Amino acid sequence: MAVVCFMVTMGLYFIATISFLAYLLRRSEALSKVSLAITAAGFVMHTLALVARMVGSSAAAPPSVHEALSFFSWMLILVFLAVEFRHRIHVLGSFIVPLALVSLISAAALPDTVPTLQPMFRTLWLHVTLSMLGTVGFAVAFVAGVMYLIQDRLLKSKRFNVLYAKLPALDFLDHLNQQSIILGFPLLTLGIITGAISAEFAKGAYVSWNPEQTWALVTWLFYFVVLMGRLTVGWRAKRAAYLTVIGFAGVILTLIGVVLKSYGTVS
Amino acid sequence: MHLIVVGLSHKTAPVEIREKLAVPESRMGEALCRLTSYSGVKEGLLLSTCNRVEVYSVVDDIDQGYGRIQEFLADTHMSLSSEQLTPHLYWHAGDRAITHLFRVAASLDSMIVGESQILGQLKDAFESALSHKSTGLIMNKVVKKAISVAKRVRTETKIAEMAVSVSYAAVELAKKIFSDLGQRTVLLVGAGEMAKLAAQHLIAQGVGQVRITTRTPQHAQDLAEKFGGTAVPFEQYKDDMASADIVLVSTGASHYLISADDVQRAVTARMNRPMFLIDISVPRNIDPAVRHVDNAFLFDIDDLKQRVEKNRAERLQEADKAEQMVVEEVGVLREWMKSLEVTPTIVALKQRADEIKRSELDKALGRLAHLPAQDRELVEGLASSIVNKMIHGTMVTLKSEVNSSSGSAFVEAARRFFSLEAAPPPDTRGESAIEPPSCLARETSEPLIEQAPSRTTSRKQP
Repeated sequence: MAVVCFMVTMGLYFIATISFLAYLLRRSEALSKVSLAITAAGFVMHTLALVARMVGSSAAAPPSVHEALSFFSWMLILVFLAVEFRHRIHVLGSFIVPLALVSLISAAALPDTVPTLQPMFRTLWLHVTLSMLGTVGFAVAFVAGVMYLIQDRLLKSKRFNVLYAKLPALDFLDHLNQQSIILGFPLLTLGIITGAISAEFAKGAYVSWNPEQTWALVTWLFYFVVLMGRLTVGWRAKRAAYLTVIGFAGVILTLIGVVLKSYGTVS
Repeated sequence: MHLIVVGLSHKTAPVEIREKLAVPESRMGEALCRLTSYSGVKEGLLLSTCNRVEVYSVVDDIDQGYGRIQEFLADTHMSLSSEQLTPHLYWHAGDRAITHLFRVAASLDSMIVGESQILGQLKDAFESALSHKSTGLIMNKVVKKAISVAKRVRTETKIAEMAVSVSYAAVELAKKIFSDLGQRTVLLVGAGEMAKLAAQHLIAQGVGQVRITTRTPQHAQDLAEKFGGTAVPFEQYKDDMASADIVLVSTGASHYLISADDVQRAVTARMNRPMFLIDISVPRNIDPAVRHVDNAFLFDIDDLKQRVEKNRAERLQEADKAEQMVVEEVGVLREWMKSLEVTPTIVALKQRADEIKRSELDKALGRLAHLPAQDRELVEGLASSIVNKMIHGTMVTLKSEVNSSSGSAFVEAARRFFSLEAAPPPDTRGESAIEPPSCLARETSEPLIEQAPSRTTSRKQP
């Protein structure tokens, strides 16, 4: 059941991605509605898949990377649908849905059995969930940043093309960027704290300074600086957009680190 | 009952004529009363804007109506004779009048196709007609439909989305930088005509604050009063720039007034919040090097014009779609208008009654198979006379009210009471559509009414 739903979800997100990318280039409002409907259908399937999996797995088992990535992609679509519902910015889908699809494909590529971490403590799922939620915030900030940079470039070069017409106002994108980080940052902070506490219990040390933990801390510090810079010295608009794009690269690297390490311990 | 329009617009009349005919809001009531006081004029609506003066009216007779309205227009301004007016006027009736109104409402007939003002003006005209009770069933329906058609055109085509004037283009660009203009401040440097227009558009779009600076302080003060803004001393405006989200420059200066450094300082002081600069002056007043300042977006008159040209071409394409919609919607309204005619309504009513009678009789007679033929005829006769008596009063009323001012309301009511939704077949209408009184003569010879015994008594009543 879970597997079937998951495959259907992936198919739907794939079609939605193509449809949303086509929407970027075409002057067709109907296309956005179709894309949105497919995404929504995919989201429902995805929810079913997640529920089916939760029912099927035992509570004690640590969350697998597969589950974490699938959850990440689910949250991403949820955030998109929420923003879409509120602000009607269809073009956001052209950026977020492909990201969710990539994450889902990565999830599918990994065997279900690869755990996020060695089962050290029962609160591990809390650490994983919080970190993933924080990552969703950064992912949305990343998307807003990319859209900001594109719109900024189009305005500066005075190319008033289809994309220009579809992208929302600069200050909206900057605001979305800011809100996403303001929400994502505390979640990631909590994720790191719960992770450290788990590690303390399991290994007797909060931090063991392995590469993936180090990356996580560097990323956290980076976003801390970005956030502080925005609030104090006006790192907003274009600079904030650049920084969040760079920051997200750090997040991805951390995730890859986690996956590689876990993969290594399994094989 | 015919809908007609007589009027003139920017396409047919020069401004000297249009301004003479324009009816100010204060005299609207008097004009509407005068309009509906002409004999044969049932309903009237007066649309008077700077680009058009049109009288929409429901009249008994088309040609007579044209004459009356032309008289009315000539009376509106004493110095214009009917002869002077005639070459500028256009006349439409029936479908063409409806089409014309729909096109006007959807801004397809505007000087700037797709501009949104006309819809508001039509709504205002309708409001005053309503408050002076100069419109009735037909006009209300037609105007409401025109408003909904205009809305449909606006939402389903991109006709209104694209800026086709420089000042609209400035607003459109501003909206791509600031999502909510309500919290934004615009600084007007200098007061060229174009800049004033652009400022007006921005204010119409709900810009929060307006600050104005000109070399002559008094001028700035006057403009500030006009726009509901504040005047800023000319020596200070560069310091003031940081507080402005939108800077609109149009002075007669022959050199750059604002340098890239000035803008960079302002952006820094704004903590990198984006800034939108529009330079409408020729020669330019803002150093083009501002383009290299991050978070500052500078557009000059050529950029805006280029935008306008592109949009104009696209808008024409969208206008084709809109025209198609107008044709569709006129068809819908035409059906409704037809349904208001008395003859087809009476025919439909009789058909409906007959259908009911037939189906009920068939049911009953099926169970009364044992009756002799004579009794069966009696039952049939009974059914016929009940049905005929039931609808008789309605038919008599319809016919007697056909020429009264509320005639169409009676027809509409009858159609609703008896659920006569479908439009009647065209062959039953004949010429009666053109000459309403004749349907009265035709109808009296119908056998169904001949049968009705109470006919003579009820005919005496009116």
